[in-house]
Amino acid sequence: MNHPLRQLVLTRFREFFRRPSTVFWVYGFPLLLSGVLGVAFQNRPAAQVPIDVSVDGIGEMQAAESVRAKLLGDARIVVAMGTDRECRNRLRIGKTGLVIIPEASGRYDYLFDANRPESALARATADSALCRADAPELAVPTEVAFNEPGGRYIDFLIPGLVGINLMGGGLWGVGFVVVDMRVRKLLKRFLATPMKRRDFLLALIISRAVFTLIEVTILLVFAWLAFGVAVRGNFGALAVLVVLGAGCFGGIGLLVACRVETIESVSGLMNAVMLPMYLLCGVFFAADRFPDAMQPLIRVLPLTALLDGLRAVMNEGAGWGAVDRPAIVLAAWGAVSFAIALRWFKWR
Amino acid sequence: MSAAIRVSNLIKTYPGRPPVEAVRGLSLEVSRGECFGLLGPNGAGKTTTLEIIEGLLAPTSGHVEVLGLRWEANERAIRQRIGISLQETRLPDRLTVHETVELFRSFYTSGISPSEAVAAVSLEEKADSYVEKLSGGQKQRLAVACALVGDPDLLFLDEPTTGLDPQSRRELWEIVRAFKARGRTVLITTHYMDEAERLCDRVAVIDHGQVIALGAPPELILKSGGEHVIDVRLANDQAAQALAADDLARLPTVAAVRPSDGGFSLSAAEPHTALPALLLLLQQKGATPAGLGTRLATLDDVFVALTGRHLRDGDLPP
Repeated sequence: MNHPLRQLVLTRFREFFRRPSTVFWVYGFPLLLSGVLGVAFQNRPAAQVPIDVSVDGIGEMQAAESVRAKLLGDARIVVAMGTDRECRNRLRIGKTGLVIIPEASGRYDYLFDANRPESALARATADSALCRADAPELAVPTEVAFNEPGGRYIDFLIPGLVGINLMGGGLWGVGFVVVDMRVRKLLKRFLATPMKRRDFLLALIISRAVFTLIEVTILLVFAWLAFGVAVRGNFGALAVLVVLGAGCFGGIGLLVACRVETIESVSGLMNAVMLPMYLLCGVFFAADRFPDAMQPLIRVLPLTALLDGLRAVMNEGAGWGAVDRPAIVLAAWGAVSFAIALRWFKWR
Repeated sequence: MSAAIRVSNLIKTYPGRPPVEAVRGLSLEVSRGECFGLLGPNGAGKTTTLEIIEGLLAPTSGHVEVLGLRWEANERAIRQRIGISLQETRLPDRLTVHETVELFRSFYTSGISPSEAVAAVSLEEKADSYVEKLSGGQKQRLAVACALVGDPDLLFLDEPTTGLDPQSRRELWEIVRAFKARGRTVLITTHYMDEAERLCDRVAVIDHGQVIALGAPPELILKSGGEHVIDVRLANDQAAQALAADDLARLPTVAAVRPSDGGFSLSAAEPHTALPALLLLLQQKGATPAGLGTRLATLDDVFVALTGRHLRDGDLPP
C-alpha cells in the first residue's frame, strides 16, 4: 500500500540514515560522552586534600613540623611546607585549600576562603586530623566503601544523558528539519499537492519517535554493559516517560520552528530554549542545589520533570507512581506547544 | 466545455509603506488543451499571478476559477487534478529520483506510475541516483516529473528553464510539447521570448501587474508593426542627429520606428521595399551606417514597442 503517511515516514528515514554524520552525532556521540564521563567519574581514588603549613608563624619551624606530623595522621591529607608568602600564593591560585599558621603554645590560625568548596573541605579535614591527633582516646570509626549500583555518579548521569538526548533530538529533529524544508521551499511544494497536512506532521512525529527509541535503547544497553547501570524500576513506566519526553520536545521543536525562515535564526532559538534547561534542570548535578527561590521555576521546566521521572524509575526503582507528575508536566508542555505551533505554522 | 482557467479583476497588494501592488486588475482565460504563456520581465507580477491561480496565495480581490472549480470550495478536488513545478524547490538530497517521484505519487489518488513519470522526463538512467547528484537540468526535469505523476489535466510551470543550458531547455520543451499533445493544458511563465514563441499557443504579456498584450505570438508580432525588423546602426552621433525618426517612419511599409543602441529599429512589413528606400535616405543625409541588418520580429520587439523596455532586463531605456 502506497500510503502517503508511509511514504513521508520512509522519506524521513532515508534522509536520516543515509547521512552517516547525522547518525554519528545522534547515536554515537551520546555513547562517547557517557563513556568518557562514566570512566572519568568511576572509582575515583579517595580525594586528596592539599593543605599548606607556614613556617613563618610564631612557632616557626618546630611548630610547623609538629602540625605537619599531626596532619599526616589522616591519609587523605597532602602537606606542603612553605614560607608565609609561598603559602598565600598557593592558596590564591588554588593549589591548596587551606594554610595553617602555627602560633605559640600549640595554637594555630587557619587561613582560607570559606566560599570555596575545597577550602571548606580542607578546613574540616585539617580540624579533624588535628583534634584526633590531640585526643588519641577518641574511638575511630571503621570506614566501609559504598559502591552499590544506583548510587554512583554514572547512575545519576545516564538518566541525565537520556534526558538531554530526548530534548536535543526533539528540538533539532523536528524544528531544524521543518525550517530546512521551509528554506528549501519543500513545504510549499508539498502544499501544492493534495497531501494532507496531518499526514506530514504525523510523519515527523512518528519518525522522531522511532529515532528516539533506537537512541535511548542503545544508550541504556551501553550503560548497562559498560557500567552496570540498570533500570531498577518498571520498564513500562520508563517507556512511557521516554515517549512523552520525545513527544513533548518534538512539540516544542515544532513551536520553535513554526514561523522561522532561516537556519541561523532557528539555531539561535533552539539554543536559547535548550541552554537554560541544560544548566538548570539537573543533567550533570542535582537541580536541588540551586537556590530555593529558583526552585519553582526549575520544577516546571519539562526537562526537570523528565529527569526526575527517569531517575526515580531507573535509580530508585519506582513504578507507575513516579510517572504521574512528570507525565502531566510533559504532556502539558507538549500539548500546548503543539497546539500553538499548528495555529501559527507557516507553510510557505 | 468550460475554460481551464478563468481569472477576472485579480488584485494582489502586499501591505507595506508604500503598499506593493503586485497584480493590478488582471483578467485572463486559458482554454483547455492550450499552452498559455505569462510573459514579462522580472518583477512584472507573473509568479504572484501564477501562485494565486495555483491556490498558494490568496488574492486581495478578484475571481479565480480552475477547471471550473473555486479554491474556496474545492481545494482538494483541484489539487488532485493539477501539477505544479515551483520556481525554486530543493527536493530532498538523499532520496533517489524514483523515490522522490514515488513520494509525490502517494499524495494523489490516481495518476501514472512513478516509472512512467521518470520515463516521461527521460531520467530512466538516473532513476536510482540521489537527487543531490543531478545536474541543474536534471533536477528541473525531476521537478516536472513530480508535477506529472498525478496525471494532471493542468500543468503549471514557473520559469522552468531559467538558468539552464540550451540543451536542457530543449529537453524541457519536448516534455511540455508531449504533455500538450495529449490534450492537456499548460500554464507557463517565462521571461525568455523564444521559449514563449516556440511553446505557447497564446501569451499574455504582463507588465506592472497588468496584461498589456494578449494573443498568439505571430499575431502579436504582426500587430506591433510587422514581422520584420530592420536594425540600422550609425557610425557616429552626428550622423544619427542628421537622421530624423520622422523621415524613417515615412519610408514605404515601415509601421514603427524606435531608437535602439546607436541607431534605430524599424518595423517593416516588406523589407525588400523598405530597404532600398532606407539606403537612398541614408545617402541623401550623408549618414554612414555602421551596421545594417534585417531579422524576423520577436516578442521582445513587441514588448519594446509596448513599453520602451526590453523583456530580459526590465531596465528603463537610457
